[in-house]
This record gives sequence, C-alpha cells and structure tokens, in this order.
Amino acid sequence: MHRAASDLYQVTFSSRPYFSMSSIISISGVTKTYATGFKALKEINLDIERGEIFALLGPNGAGKTTLISIVCGIVNRSSGSVTVDGHDIGKDYRDARSLIGLVPQELTIDAFETVWATVNYSRGLFGKAPNKDFVEKVLRDLSLWEKKDSKAITLSGGMKRRLMIAKALSHEPRVLFLDEPTAGVDVELRQDMWAMVRRLREDGVTIILTTHYIEEAEAMADRVGVINKGEIILVEGKAELMRKLGRKQMTLELRVPLSAVPDGLSRYSLELSGDGNQLTYTYDNQSDRPGVASLIRDLEATGVQFRDLDTKNSSLEEIFVNLLRQEP
Amino acid sequence: MNLRAAPNFRAVWAIYRVEMARAFRTVLQSIISPVISTSLYFVVFGSAIGSRINEIDGIAYGAFIVPGLMMLSLLTQSISNASFAIYFPKFVGSIYELLSAPVSYLEIIIAYVGGAATKSIMLGLIILATAALFVPLRIEHPFWMMAFLLLTAVTFSLFGFIIGIWAKTFEQLQLVPLLIVTPLTFLGGSFYSIHMLPGIWKTITLFNPVVYLISGFRWSFYGKADVSVGVSLGMTLVFLAICIAIVAWIFKTGYRLRN
Repeated sequence: MHRAASDLYQVTFSSRPYFSMSSIISISGVTKTYATGFKALKEINLDIERGEIFALLGPNGAGKTTLISIVCGIVNRSSGSVTVDGHDIGKDYRDARSLIGLVPQELTIDAFETVWATVNYSRGLFGKAPNKDFVEKVLRDLSLWEKKDSKAITLSGGMKRRLMIAKALSHEPRVLFLDEPTAGVDVELRQDMWAMVRRLREDGVTIILTTHYIEEAEAMADRVGVINKGEIILVEGKAELMRKLGRKQMTLELRVPLSAVPDGLSRYSLELSGDGNQLTYTYDNQSDRPGVASLIRDLEATGVQFRDLDTKNSSLEEIFVNLLRQEP
Repeated sequence: MNLRAAPNFRAVWAIYRVEMARAFRTVLQSIISPVISTSLYFVVFGSAIGSRINEIDGIAYGAFIVPGLMMLSLLTQSISNASFAIYFPKFVGSIYELLSAPVSYLEIIIAYVGGAATKSIMLGLIILATAALFVPLRIEHPFWMMAFLLLTAVTFSLFGFIIGIWAKTFEQLQLVPLLIVTPLTFLGGSFYSIHMLPGIWKTITLFNPVVYLISGFRWSFYGKADVSVGVSLGMTLVFLAICIAIVAWIFKTGYRLRN
C-alpha cells in the first residue's frame, strides 16, 4: 500500500512542481491565547502556495487545529492577519470563506438529515446556487450516490467521513483543509482519499492536511510544515527535507560474531552491535561516502561473511521525531 | 463591493429550510402534542371546571383562557425551538460549518429566529383553531392579534437563541424555560385576570413581563385588558430590544461561539 501510494505521488509531484506557484493563503504574526491563558499559537507566519499539497505535521496539542480553525473563521485570533487569495479573513470574510472547504477531524453531522439534503444544505450555506448535477457528481466521486436518500445516522464510519468531504466540496472550494483526514480510517478508504486528493490537486485545488500519520505526509505532500508547542519550527519541500535530513542504513547479520571492526573496513565507520552479530553502515542519500557495493567487496576481501542484509531509508517519521527532540 | 460580499440569502434560506424540515419530520412532537395538551386544558378548565366559574370581564371562562393558552405555548415553543436549533449543532459539533460559512451574524439570526418563530406562530394558529372547536371565539382586533403573535414569537425565539448559545448542557437548556418561563406564564394571568388577585400580589405581578404580553393579546381578542394596550406593546418592544442587545453583544465578542 505504502509503495503504491509513493509511486503515484511521484507521478503527480514531478508533473506539478510546487515552487513556481504564488501563495494563496498568507498567515502573518498570528497568535492565539485562550481565555484560560493557554497560548495555543505563538506568532505564526506561513504561506501556502497555490495548488500545492501542504502537510502540517505536529504532535497532539501542537496547535494544528487551532491554526486551521482561525483560517476558516471558527475561532477568533488574538492578533495577526490572514488573507485567503488576497481577501482578509476579518474584513472580507465572505470572499475569504467562500473559497475554503473544511473537513474537520470529528465526524459531526446532523444525524437525522439525508445525505442529499445535508450536502445541498452545505452548498446553500456557502451561497452557491443549487446545482443538482454538481452535487450528484461529488456524491458519485465519493461512492455515496447509492446512499443519497439514507439518513446520516445509518452510514458507516467511513461513509460518514466521505459525507463530511462531500459537504466540504459541495461549494466548489479552491482551498481544502483536511484535519486528520485518515484518523481511524481503513486502508481502502485511505487509498480512495489519497486518490481523491490527487484528483482535486489536478483541478488546481490547494490542499492543506494536518496529520500525525507521517506516512500520509510522506506519500502526499509537496511541502511539509512542522508545528510544535504553537510554533512553526520548519517549512520545507518534502523531497528537499528527505534529501537533507534523510539517511540510509544497511545492517548485516554476520555468520561469525566479531569482537571488533576489522582494520580493512575502517573507512566505512561501521557500528558493531554489542553481541558482535550485526554490523551497521549509515550513509546519507547524497553521500560522498563510499557505496554499498564497495563495502560488500571489502567485506569479502577481509573475510567477513554475512548471513543476511537489510537496508532502509529513514522515514519522514524519524526526521520528524529528531526535529522535535532538538526542540528546547 | 463585489457579488460575493452581498448578503447571502441562499444561506438564510438553507438554514430556514432545514429548521422547517425538522418540524415536519418531528410532526408528532412539534404539532400534535401541543394540540393534544391544549385540548386537555379545554376539557379540564373550559368544560369541567370552567362551567362552574363565573364569567371574567363578561367573557365565558373557557373563551377567556384562549389567549393565555396560546401565549403559554407560543412562549415555551419559541424558546425551545430556537434554543434547541442552535444548541444542537453546538452539542454535536456541526456548528463548525455555520461558523466557517460566508454568513453574517444577522443572517444567522434571521434564519434561526425566523424558523423558530414561524413554527411557533403556526402552532399558535393551530391552537386557536383547536380552541374554536371547544369555545365560542371572537377576535375584535385581528391585526393587533397577529402583531402580538408575531412580536412575541420573534422576541421569545431570540430569547431562546440566547439560551441555546449560553447553555453548556442539556440541563441548562431546560432550566430557564422550566424554572422561569413556565411559572411566569402561569402567574402572568393565563388563567385569571390579575384584578382577581389580592392587593400586594397584584403589584408584584406587574413586575412579571408576561402579564403585559397576555394582557395585550387578550385585548386583541375581547377588547378587555388588565393593563393598557400601549403599555403592553411598549413592554414587549422593550423585551425585544433587550434580546437584540444581548445577541449583538454575543456576536461582537464571539461569546461561546468563536472562543
């Protein structure tokens, strides 16, 4: 599953480079202090590029949802300004909000309305003229058409999630916020959702997703922002981030334990496990260090025999954890 | 100002329609049950007990209580309709959509209060029709009857809207109607003329705002009132103004909505 998603990501990413686009959301100096005195956001500055998929990563309570809620008009900010396609979210709230679709984290739907009624309601709420064909298309795209006359209460969890997305898409937004879109969602639906996000991006919709599933960001995002304790600690192109901070590791299971790394292998800075059974070689992606092939040749030359080997890329998750660790 | 900055009438209509749809979906609860309870009032107070009570201000007791009964339902239903309409999305969380939509506070108010008031006015008229089956009715000032009906429905729907925003629990939602509005309505002359009360109680009763609503409303039926119609109308408008002021403050500060 993971691989399929990354393959698809490669296709879309290479066909639409993010760096040539201008910003659609501009957040500057935004802070939020709740009545309790809790500082949820400290001076956030962030620009979202037009047409990109931006992943906002952060642990629980980092301020992701607060930030989204401010941009969407659900929570008042304490200070700072936000514009959506040039419209101030305070002064021009109508223009700003009509461009945005929001899929919140919680499944919050009026349980007694039918699918059809609730999606059309959302469209009306955002001031769009009724358009049955469009709503039908949205429901079909999300495999909800068969359920259009069912009440929300009768839908499964996954379908409710899709209904939330249908509501957010009902008014043809140019920016879509997905707050933890795949939390508690099964594999199949997750795949569907990723496919949908890619289709939307093809139509020029900008997508901002928050997640603490790093794998999701890794598969989907053009750029990644990391937020922790109410501060943005990093914003970087995902490929860039992986390249800069990513590492590769090869681990060898030895046939005969070693007591020390043989001299002939010293230039590889290998690590030997405590029991002498494993040798680990760490190298980064743009490595100027010698390659794996030469290591294997040298192993043979020094007479070190191995039973098995394993290589792995450090994931965005490891990068992320390291970043948070470096935080004071 | 471009097109999208114009009032969002579609949103008002969308909310209003959902609110009305809810009433028809729960037709048993919203229409039939008040009709049944009103009929019971007429059977008990109008026929059984009422036949032994003298006329009040020259009006048969059964007919005398009609305006009060309508007001009783109008008040409680306006409050419960409007408070529930805004509390429910707060409770389930679906209010996020309303808050993120390009709608102004005024539009939100018009839609929700309009929906709640429409329902309670419909209910008031249904009760009136039911009453006509039991007692002989006359309406001397139909225009003022409709005006009092409308004003009261709007005012108390606004009041309900405020309660719905203020309430944090279902218990709080029930508290104000149960502990304040129902007693005030019963003690506000629904079932008697305040002239029937002994001295000091008559004075105390004049602090009950519901007295003015019922008195004015009864005047529109029978041309007889406990207090002058001008005062009744004035007090209703004062209460409306207070509710508008509170709602304006709620929206200005984002009280319990955007914080």
